[in-house]
Amino acid sequence: MAASTATAVAGQALHGRRRTWRDLPVVHQLRQSIGVQRGMLVSGLVLTGIFVLVALLAPLIAPYRWAQREADGRPFDTLQPPGGDHLLGTTQGGYDVLSRVVWGAQTAAETMVVAVVLSIFVGVALGLVSGYLGGWLDRVLVVVGDAIYAFPTLLLAIVVSIAISGGQSSKWGGVLAAAFSITVVYIPQYFRVIRAETVRIKAEAYVESAKVVGASTLRIMLRHVLRNATRTLPLIFTLNASEALLTLAGLGFLGFGIEPTSAAEWGYDLQRAVSDVTGGIWWTGVFPGLAIVLAVLGVTLVGESLNDLADPRLRGRRAVSAASGTVAATSVVPGGTLDSAAGLETPGQDADEGRDR
Amino acid sequence: MTVVDAPESVGAVTPAATSRGGGGLGRYIVIRFLLIIPTVFILVTLVFLLMRTTGDPITAAQGGRLPPEQLAERIHAAGYDRPLIVQYGSYLGGLLRGDFGTTISDNRPVTEVLVTYGTATLELAVYALIVAFVVGIPLGMLAAYLRDRFGDALLRVFAILCYATPVFFAGLLLKLVFSIKLGLLPVSGRASTGTELDLQLMDGRTGIYLIDAIRLGDPAAVADVLEHAVLPAVALGLLTAGIFLRLVRTNVIGTLGTEYVDAARSRGVSEYRLVRRHAYRPALIPIITVIGLQIALLLGGAVLTETTFEWKGLGFQLAQYLTARDFVAVQGIVALLAVIVAVTNFVVDILAALIDPRVRY
Repeated sequence: MAASTATAVAGQALHGRRRTWRDLPVVHQLRQSIGVQRGMLVSGLVLTGIFVLVALLAPLIAPYRWAQREADGRPFDTLQPPGGDHLLGTTQGGYDVLSRVVWGAQTAAETMVVAVVLSIFVGVALGLVSGYLGGWLDRVLVVVGDAIYAFPTLLLAIVVSIAISGGQSSKWGGVLAAAFSITVVYIPQYFRVIRAETVRIKAEAYVESAKVVGASTLRIMLRHVLRNATRTLPLIFTLNASEALLTLAGLGFLGFGIEPTSAAEWGYDLQRAVSDVTGGIWWTGVFPGLAIVLAVLGVTLVGESLNDLADPRLRGRRAVSAASGTVAATSVVPGGTLDSAAGLETPGQDADEGRDR
Repeated sequence: MTVVDAPESVGAVTPAATSRGGGGLGRYIVIRFLLIIPTVFILVTLVFLLMRTTGDPITAAQGGRLPPEQLAERIHAAGYDRPLIVQYGSYLGGLLRGDFGTTISDNRPVTEVLVTYGTATLELAVYALIVAFVVGIPLGMLAAYLRDRFGDALLRVFAILCYATPVFFAGLLLKLVFSIKLGLLPVSGRASTGTELDLQLMDGRTGIYLIDAIRLGDPAAVADVLEHAVLPAVALGLLTAGIFLRLVRTNVIGTLGTEYVDAARSRGVSEYRLVRRHAYRPALIPIITVIGLQIALLLGGAVLTETTFEWKGLGFQLAQYLTARDFVAVQGIVALLAVIVAVTNFVVDILAALIDPRVRY
């Protein structure tokens, strides 16, 4: 089952063929995919690529600065429809919509990266220690993690963001506050997955033998357990990244994001646009909104495709030999699978799945 | 998700209970119920500590508006100059008596705010769940039936779009199209002013506008209330519908591969009938458990939906208090929502255990 395959993989990494770029997480799945699934993965990658490029090249792409309200000493007209000098129009406050959308990509990308990297590090470390060492620390962490996990993420993010910044702040202050809020919310997800994997791997024969050989606890944890426990990370990573984007936008929409003068933020722009809509002014809301949707869509498509490809029961039909069990049973993501990720499952695992539920 | 964590957390607290066959349903219910207490306790503590790291709530709300000595007086009167641990103790004591504090900005007991606006949120959440079921489940079955064909891809992109779109943007688009351009539905609010007034003046009102309007016996009022509910319900419901669609699809595909479905197929049952009659029922079990988590998502989404549509519920009120920096009110509302989430998760886990005997520890 999963156990023996994992050992085989570990063994292969030690003496087998060299790992090439083809074995990199996303590249491997891209080669593995077929048909519709490949289409979804490719379009996700393209959208994410555009999002990242826009974020990186924002200073070159955006015609104006995010807080700029005048050019050549002449203030912008407010609420100008798309066209002319302002490709996507201007807002009530006289900002250029296109510029704010482009700079918004940068803010979103920064927040996303900080949030996801932080929660991976903290979540993985806690999960590893908690799962491997066990004991009361493990119990406390699991209960706390479950409590946080069940709570509406946006509400928790609001509370954390009040605690960090009192709700308002400068550009980096705002990015960090949003990122920390998101981090606190998503640590439990990494924690649970890594902990579950660690608990499983702890019982493997190769960990046993490492102990017998006299490897230190730290070495076993880092070298033997961590290496094998991280296979699901790319999945949670992408799924969380999209949720982080939505949480940031939600915070901004409620006025708990970043001040408009310190950085452009899509959620904030949308909040401003709600009252415009009643007057039939659509461009101030539709463009930042579309930006959120496309960014989240890109990241989610990548995540979903990885998730499907990781599951032999969901992978393209050609590759399916036997379907088994209820797929959602072991899922961390709505309706998908992560426990059974990376395709290490065999139909024989059915019995175990009952337990996991 | 809840499905996964329930056993883990139970196991963490009482390892003995996890031994196979070691407990019946009754025992499971008791253990699961006891588990609510630490969950609520942890969340309330977390919220309390986080909210106090920025200082006392009175300075946050009134700082700069009141002269310093008056501010100090109010802080002293409210007891915010006591040591944190004492404040925490009295806060917990208050919670146990059902006292969530008094709001600073409009000086109302938080409990009263919760009762007044909670019903509106409940009403919206129920509508949204209905939309989610009606859209998500049939489309999920259809996607499973069309598996790996063009229609499937289309439906899945739709599902992803549903949860890639922030509810407030979905709401904004719906408003733009159906209220502004087509003029079919009202822009915001729970009812038009006239109806609202009638409902407010009614005796023994429940606060759930649809029920009140029906009891009022005025068809125009019922229609008015329903018209106002459509857009918010769709905006919030689609979010969950995407998740249901995806979940149903995955599970139906899963059950379509099981032996009893193979047996039915070999008897010549049509593929359509297989999906419709054989595969979908067992595929619905996980949905029940996922609803528990959806409640959390719905409540989070409700805050944003209510703000977009000026739907005067808890979420709308929460956003108002956030803007006013009234952190006592925020803390009270968040604490209440924590309790609601914990209780619904409990109910859902018990339901799942009743329906599916494999879910028992």
